[in-house]
Amino acid sequence: MSKKLSNKVEDSFPNGEPVNISRRRFLLSSAGVTAGAFVLGFGLPLGKARAQDGGKVTPGTRVPAFLEIRPDNTVRLQSPFVEGGQGVWTAMAQIVGEELDADPKSFVVESAPAGQDYLVINNVMRITGGSNSVRSSYTTMRKLGAMARHMLLQAASTRLNVPVEQLSTEPGYVINTSSGEKTSYGSLAKDALDLETPDPDSVKLRDPSTFRWIGKPVDRLDIYVKSTGKAEYTIDISVEGMVHAAVQHAPRLGLDVASISNEADVRAMKGVMSVHRLPGAVAVVAERWWHAKVAAEALQVEWNKRDMDGVKFRYMPDDFSTAAFSDRLANEPGDGKAAEEEGDIKSAFSDATTTVEATYHSQFLHHGQLEPASTLARFNDDGTLDMWMPNQAPEQFQAQIAKLTGLSAEQIKVHSPMLGGFFGRHFLYPEANPYPQAIQLAKEVGRPVKVIWSREEEFLRDPLRPMAAVKFRGGLDADGMPVALEAISVTEGPSEANSGHDPDKVDSFAVEGLTGKTYAIANRRIAQNYVEMPAMLAYWRSVGHSMNDFFYETFLDEMADKGGQDPYEMRLALLKDNKRLTTLLKSVVDLSGGWKRGPFSADDGSQRARGVGMASPFGTESAAIAEVSMKNGEVIVHDVWEAIDPGSIVNPAIIEAQVKSAAALGLSQILMEEVIYEKGEPTARNYDLYPILRPDQMPQIHVRIIESGAKMGGIGEPGLPPVLPAVANAVSTLTGQRVRSMPLSNLRFES
Amino acid sequence: MKLSINNKTYDVDAEGDTPLLWVIRDNLGLTGTKYGCGLAQCGACSVMVDGVVTRSCVTPVDSVEGQEITTIEAIENDPVGKRVVEKWVEHQVPQCGYCQSGQVMAATALLKEIENPTQDDVDAAMVNLCRCGTYNAIHAALKDLSGNEGDAS
Repeated sequence: MSKKLSNKVEDSFPNGEPVNISRRRFLLSSAGVTAGAFVLGFGLPLGKARAQDGGKVTPGTRVPAFLEIRPDNTVRLQSPFVEGGQGVWTAMAQIVGEELDADPKSFVVESAPAGQDYLVINNVMRITGGSNSVRSSYTTMRKLGAMARHMLLQAASTRLNVPVEQLSTEPGYVINTSSGEKTSYGSLAKDALDLETPDPDSVKLRDPSTFRWIGKPVDRLDIYVKSTGKAEYTIDISVEGMVHAAVQHAPRLGLDVASISNEADVRAMKGVMSVHRLPGAVAVVAERWWHAKVAAEALQVEWNKRDMDGVKFRYMPDDFSTAAFSDRLANEPGDGKAAEEEGDIKSAFSDATTTVEATYHSQFLHHGQLEPASTLARFNDDGTLDMWMPNQAPEQFQAQIAKLTGLSAEQIKVHSPMLGGFFGRHFLYPEANPYPQAIQLAKEVGRPVKVIWSREEEFLRDPLRPMAAVKFRGGLDADGMPVALEAISVTEGPSEANSGHDPDKVDSFAVEGLTGKTYAIANRRIAQNYVEMPAMLAYWRSVGHSMNDFFYETFLDEMADKGGQDPYEMRLALLKDNKRLTTLLKSVVDLSGGWKRGPFSADDGSQRARGVGMASPFGTESAAIAEVSMKNGEVIVHDVWEAIDPGSIVNPAIIEAQVKSAAALGLSQILMEEVIYEKGEPTARNYDLYPILRPDQMPQIHVRIIESGAKMGGIGEPGLPPVLPAVANAVSTLTGQRVRSMPLSNLRFES
Repeated sequence: MKLSINNKTYDVDAEGDTPLLWVIRDNLGLTGTKYGCGLAQCGACSVMVDGVVTRSCVTPVDSVEGQEITTIEAIENDPVGKRVVEKWVEHQVPQCGYCQSGQVMAATALLKEIENPTQDDVDAAMVNLCRCGTYNAIHAALKDLSGNEGDAS
């Protein structure tokens, strides 16, 4: 038997009877907003919005595009940012609720549809990435809440016939300060319908000293649903009449189907409805995904090289190996293109007492988010297309789908369900997103189709964190202090890999973390020597910082050793004119109970050592200390202490959780992760051969948050970069061997 | 064949070697149980079969006929499961949440078997992967559930 599934998505808005729906829908559609099933609680300031910017909406200003206040006083917020574990929906509720004067607990948050209203990053862009969400939208979202409160006060003034000066609010209510009468926001929302949204610059924001929710460890809104299996991810979504699809990708990029030798047999397999040829893949459609998967894997396909003329996609040669490629990067001639230059590196090196040279390596990595990629496409009778897909950039996906289908953007409704992890996986990447497959299949079968990539197909097409080889040269003065540093990274950055390489430019994402360091080393040259890679490349949590701070901070220890310096004391000396970083570094040492490099004997008899690392990622400063030992040749990380200074904060509990999460991913990278290619194919297609950090390998992570008052920085990524060098430096201290490559599981230690 | 899931009997039309996971998700529409790897590597698909935690992605459906299957959808009907969920909320364990159905299942099955598990018991039972690295929070919640003092540091 099979239970008939209702159209869960559109049935999922059971509360809050819509008010004056036809008018609002008309207004929204006439203003170019693709709101779909979104209905509004109150008014739309069309005149004003249109007056600005030649009729274009100023993002983050139209209250009704973001907020619905229901009769039961719950607040439905359309978040410009997608929730994937980083806690952004809760942060948005805290920020808007603080100014609206509504408890974040009363919020129901969802991903906003695609639309101009939501391009709140510098009023031009909307992505969930780069640790941008809160810091880029903080003021805009506060103003939005304040504007909504203003409108509710105006509506109450009219209804109660009292001057607005006589009204105040408490969470969820307008208060008549003379009579004490309380009027709920929910009952006023309808009256506010035709009020004009105030000028965002006219509303007064709260004095931060009176914040009730911003800056507090407010509970996350999505914890209960995620603890009880009720949270819905793209892979879980069903619509009426939907069928399932599974794919078998070509084993290498740049191949297409030449022939299928057993198509008739596969068509006859249990449950199979149809077999399809897609660019670089074959697919099977069935009523059940399991049938589709078994059949897709059974297809015997001859692949041939795609005609690559004018195609941006990459071709993976059948002799590509990561081991050989790593050697090639290390031996690539050239000084590269400078990304950062300071002082006079040439004379600094000729004057240096000692010179240190070393080449460092990083590896390809998988995102490894536990929810494999999937997409559901549904063509509707009115010519519109609904797309449910994991994505970090709804408008960018919408624009690509418009190109692909010939539909206008307004006809494409982008749904952005919660993400079962992302870490950079769900941006637009050629050949790495299932949406073109879902669209083609939905067209060919005339029914809604959900494509799910098996873990094996996911790992075959997951775009990778780039590899790099970094050639370092350091110069020390007579006191053993660094006076010159050169780093040439031989690599390809994720931005140039996806948007095209500009020979006149350095991809800043390729070198960040080598650049932007604040140590007082007077003469520096940081450069990128571009080498194109045959694999698809991607952003990966903390992007360039995910490897570059490992390189830099580990080489810094190497210089300290050569110069006979203690690595902590040397960092302090190099930061002596930087109060913020000095405070940060001393804080992490204090958190760890004082600097104790080792090696020393622990209570359990093991020999241990500690290392330190720092990073300046995404507008935030972070520093970590790790304590390690060795057991049977394997590195054990016992504790990590991490201090983070994001300037100012919204939710300390979420920050602590994010730092621990980022630290875990960093540990996983340095301890064990590596995507290996041989003969053009990855040797691992699942977690059995691509192990990730297990629970028993997780150290206790201790977090201290510092609010220096500096400009607000990011949170999702900055916890990751300093952990890697902290571990590597501790291992070097313990074993006496330098660590110049990842993962540590590849290295043999004599201990 | 007949399957007993969450104290309800379902008449299921599936071949015997179909993994239990896909019967639960596709045939029955119970999508709280997740697909992560299909190889019993990650544990996102964990359910209880007669109270024992089981990776449904590699469990042929005909092997559990006649046994009682509990999925995350019914976890709060179990008094132990209810306590686990409460502590998961108190310790704010999930991040992306995708692995957490399986984590809650594993914790519930452990506590049903051993009321006050030691750290070694916890380490032996809580082996599901979490890419968000919520392992510290999981351990803190389990310490709390084990009657030991919760340590959320």
